[in-house]
Amino acid sequence: MDTLNSLYGQAVFLLAALVLFTSFVMLAQSRVTALVNLFALQGILLAATTALVAIVQNSPHLIISATLTLGLKGILIPLLLHWLILRMGLHRTIDEVKRPLQLLLGAASLVVFSYYVTLPVVELSELETRNIIAASAASLLLGMLLMISHRQAISHVVGFMAMENALFFSAVVSTYGMPLVVELGVAFDVMVAAVIFGVFFFQIRESIDSLDVDRLSRLTETEENE
Amino acid sequence: MIALYLLLLIPLLAMPVLALVGHKPWAGRFNNWMNATTFSIAVILALIVLRAGTLISDDHWWLVDSFNVYLIALTALVGLTTGIFSGPYMEHEREIGRLTHRRLRLYYAMYQGFMLAMYLILVTNNMGILWVAMEGATLATVLLVSLYRTPESVEAAWKYFILCGVGIAQALFGTILLYFAASQVLGAGDEALEWTTLYVHASEFDPTVMKLAFVFLLVGYGTKVGLVPLHSWLPDAHSEGPTPMSAILSGLLLNDALYAIVRSKMIVDQAVPDHLPGLLMMGFGLLSFLVAVLFLHRQRDIKRLFSYSSIEHMGTMTFAFGIGTPLATFAALMHMTVHSLTKSAIFVTIGHASQIAGTQRMDKIRGLIATQPQVGWGLLVGTLAIAGFPPFGVFVSEFLVLVATMESYPWLALPLLLGLAIAFGGLFRHLHPMVFGRKPEGQEPVQANMMPVFTHLALVLLLGLAIPGILADWFDHAAQLISGGMPQ
Repeated sequence: MDTLNSLYGQAVFLLAALVLFTSFVMLAQSRVTALVNLFALQGILLAATTALVAIVQNSPHLIISATLTLGLKGILIPLLLHWLILRMGLHRTIDEVKRPLQLLLGAASLVVFSYYVTLPVVELSELETRNIIAASAASLLLGMLLMISHRQAISHVVGFMAMENALFFSAVVSTYGMPLVVELGVAFDVMVAAVIFGVFFFQIRESIDSLDVDRLSRLTETEENE
Repeated sequence: MIALYLLLLIPLLAMPVLALVGHKPWAGRFNNWMNATTFSIAVILALIVLRAGTLISDDHWWLVDSFNVYLIALTALVGLTTGIFSGPYMEHEREIGRLTHRRLRLYYAMYQGFMLAMYLILVTNNMGILWVAMEGATLATVLLVSLYRTPESVEAAWKYFILCGVGIAQALFGTILLYFAASQVLGAGDEALEWTTLYVHASEFDPTVMKLAFVFLLVGYGTKVGLVPLHSWLPDAHSEGPTPMSAILSGLLLNDALYAIVRSKMIVDQAVPDHLPGLLMMGFGLLSFLVAVLFLHRQRDIKRLFSYSSIEHMGTMTFAFGIGTPLATFAALMHMTVHSLTKSAIFVTIGHASQIAGTQRMDKIRGLIATQPQVGWGLLVGTLAIAGFPPFGVFVSEFLVLVATMESYPWLALPLLLGLAIAFGGLFRHLHPMVFGRKPEGQEPVQANMMPVFTHLALVLLLGLAIPGILADWFDHAAQLISGGMPQ
């Protein structure tokens, strides 16, 4: 039993490290197509983690959420994004990352910061997976950093969805998932959000003829020159 | 209990119907009938709760107590009157070619979708569902902000979506932490997210985790309340969307987001002995208040002006809830009511004013009283009310906030008074030339239904002159409940 547990623990740790690793790679990625692929990979890893926890803990509702994650974040949303990229001819777009070195160093310090912040949570929990809470909190912050550092609307969507991933991950590792109703509700919201993002791409493109959000700068508090 | 289900069911059914027939000339009237029905149900619900006390459904999914029942009634009222205004308004927008049939259908369907999300936020007993409904409210309104498809409105909608999405993600993390803390004591399952259960057991939860959870919840829902420095979506979304949207965003969504924060605070306060949640809310509230009053002075767009005024008032309420004494809570609840009523009335008036002038730029809106006295006086009286002139209700609630501040933190009354004076100047320097003066060449009156405006303003006046006994008891009861002076 002990060996099984330690094996299980190590597998979960490995998957968690991989999820965090994909967050880092996404942060430094400047090609939008590759970014979407990485996002899909993260979704699949997440689903694998959830499925592993579900099988070992023998909890059927986690299997449902694992399937949901795989279907939604591993397959459906990446496909939708790829379709949008093709439709808009964005597959060669480079979303230049300014100062990648500083960015990644900043990201590394965010990870350390997350370990510090989640200490009380880790001390309190009795679950096998408790040490991963810091990794999930770090992924949350890295998703935010991704949105801050990238300029293309597609990257923002990926960042947003990566944050959702991280939240879901933290729920799985800290409490073995939220109650099923809540998870279904969240999944529904994510799905609707993905569709609305698609609608937005067309609207943004129609209005500024590009998906570079830096050019969305008409509404400011500074005086306009007339 | 049936009333409660009907409250949710009617908008749920009206949404797909309006999605199909929203472009018909009678769609506006249909929308009104739906809103009128939900309003009467809300009133019945309020009477039931008034007589029988807190209502918790057998499966613990729904909760109606004295705190949220009056917000339900308020939501239904503002939803109804704004709906009455929006019928002719949207018809006018369609005539001048700003809207197509499809967008009109989207508008009406999402109007009901938004109302559904609002009711769901208020009646749910589950902190997770609360989050889902809050995100649902964003999703319902985001496409309406970009309804006109101008570059500005698309930008505003994008900003709204991204900022509120990121913000609300923080709130979900807070909810997860809350669930984590609760499941250590109560075990995993639905109970560990039910507000009623959390409220009873909160003192057993780990204080550090609860503090962490509250910070995330405050930042997350605070983004939707429009607390500085997370407010920058609010003036954009309010100014670029259709005016009925601005009225219900300002009058309802902000309230409901604050409601979520206060519900969280009620739980966290019991686990954290050192009043930290209250202090955080006071800090954020005061900062929002002060920043917003300064921004009032440099606005050029009339809807942006009143959006900043919304931030100012939400800041005041957050501050008052943060103080947390029964008096302060009473003041905050009352302020919530009068602000919703006044602000939605003002946005309705602004809608007419900008249709008269053909623009939202304040330097182009001139001589409203000469052109159409109803609209001009409506704007003047509404602004007087929102600036806190006696004898309107806003004066009374702001006065109560000041008194409560003097009791607990006397020095903070100083920045509050100063801010109120600055806000007063900021509103009136813009208002005066718009309302008075001669009417510009070629400015014609529009078809306007000012009934909702004057109903709201009359209610605010009534609340300022004498709060009816029933309502006062009610506020008192809710204030006791929130400030923890009374066991559940």
